[in-house]
Amino acid sequence: MAEYKLVKFTLNGKQVETMVDVRASLTDMLRNDYRMTSVKKGCEVGECGACNVLIDGECFNSCIYLAIWADGKNIRTVEGLLSEDGELSDIQQAFIDESAVQCGFCTPGFIMTAVEILESGRDYSDEELRKLLSGHLCRCTGYENIFRAVRKTLDKRLGKTV
Amino acid sequence: MYDIKALYEAKSVEDAVRLRVEHKDAEILAGGSDVLVQIREGRRAGKELISIYALDEIRGVTLADNGDIYIGSLTSFSHITKDPIIQKYINVLGEAVDMVGGPQIRNIGTIGGNTCNGVTSADSASTLFAWDALVELTGQSGKRVIPISDFYIKAGTVDIKEDEIQTHIIIPKKNYDGYVGHYIKYAMRNAMDIATTGCSVNVKLSADKKTFEDVRIAYGVAGPIPMRAKSAEAFIKGKAVTSDNIEEFSKTVLNDVTPRDSWRASKAFRQHLATELAKRAITKCVELAGGELDG
Repeated sequence: MAEYKLVKFTLNGKQVETMVDVRASLTDMLRNDYRMTSVKKGCEVGECGACNVLIDGECFNSCIYLAIWADGKNIRTVEGLLSEDGELSDIQQAFIDESAVQCGFCTPGFIMTAVEILESGRDYSDEELRKLLSGHLCRCTGYENIFRAVRKTLDKRLGKTV
Repeated sequence: MYDIKALYEAKSVEDAVRLRVEHKDAEILAGGSDVLVQIREGRRAGKELISIYALDEIRGVTLADNGDIYIGSLTSFSHITKDPIIQKYINVLGEAVDMVGGPQIRNIGTIGGNTCNGVTSADSASTLFAWDALVELTGQSGKRVIPISDFYIKAGTVDIKEDEIQTHIIIPKKNYDGYVGHYIKYAMRNAMDIATTGCSVNVKLSADKKTFEDVRIAYGVAGPIPMRAKSAEAFIKGKAVTSDNIEEFSKTVLNDVTPRDSWRASKAFRQHLATELAKRAITKCVELAGGELDG
């Protein structure tokens, strides 16, 4: 018989709690209990990065993270980037402007990694940025446009002239 | 949903030990980047698990009063790389674990899990072998500390007793004081790949930087478990810092390594890598130590 456990955590700034099956992955819980459908089920073995979310400010593949481990954590998904007036964040707009989205399946994961990079408040070389973005697979864009979207947003936030 | 028979969550190291005794068939779950994936693949499906992931008491890096470095077994790869103690004293370990998987894997993967797996390709393992690291295990009768070379028994098997969990990895001060280190991972891709062969070298030069006072060289994927190249170490110890000696040293490693053919690479290629990586890593160490070849 399935065993359940109470999990309390912060989801995109809101305190939430739910009874979750101890066998559930964080992807399962975010999609099924909270309808966070930006969290994609891709490979489900931690290879592709489509399910990537921020946990206490760091990137994690939610497919290989037990839902019960979320207890007490601060979790953020792409849904949390929406501003109060419903506008996209700068990094989301940059993905559009740079044509970094084609089928869009890898996009939410990439964007959350980009958020971690952008919020670190420091600059990175192109090589460092490529390494930081290397935990995601994209079968459409060839990565260059994605890289450029992150580079340009980072430069803008750091006040560098583009 | 994972195919897990039962999940027990440890609240403390003590609690984990109790759960180990109570549930003999249960496997230990740390970060899960191997165990959960293998459950998904079916290889470890239907098992009981003891999750120790929440045990913050064995997370983080500390410097003991005597200068020994204690790395909590649940410290993630990325936290090791960013840690100021690691950066100051044994930066090569931070560099080595920065080559594991990709960024998200380095946030969830733990050094304890990496070593407890018992696999030869673990990026942390060869560097820990080079530093002569110690492994601390905690069980019913308290703590037990053993050299990492004794911890690895055979491929996939490490020395963890039925009631134990690994709690720390210790780098004694005498093993790193005055040494520099360099790790080279050879793999087909820069991210999300397993080492074809990995080589980690520690070097201590004499005061005038003209002699190799001590050299330690360790490999991953040069045999069934991580290993040291002892005859190569014996050869170079006390020798002058010359390119001829380095050339001879790199050939001597072939007396020690025992790589095999696998789908990832042939034995011949791995032998070539063992030689070439030894040469490059020790040369880099000489540079890091402020020495000069043939100087």
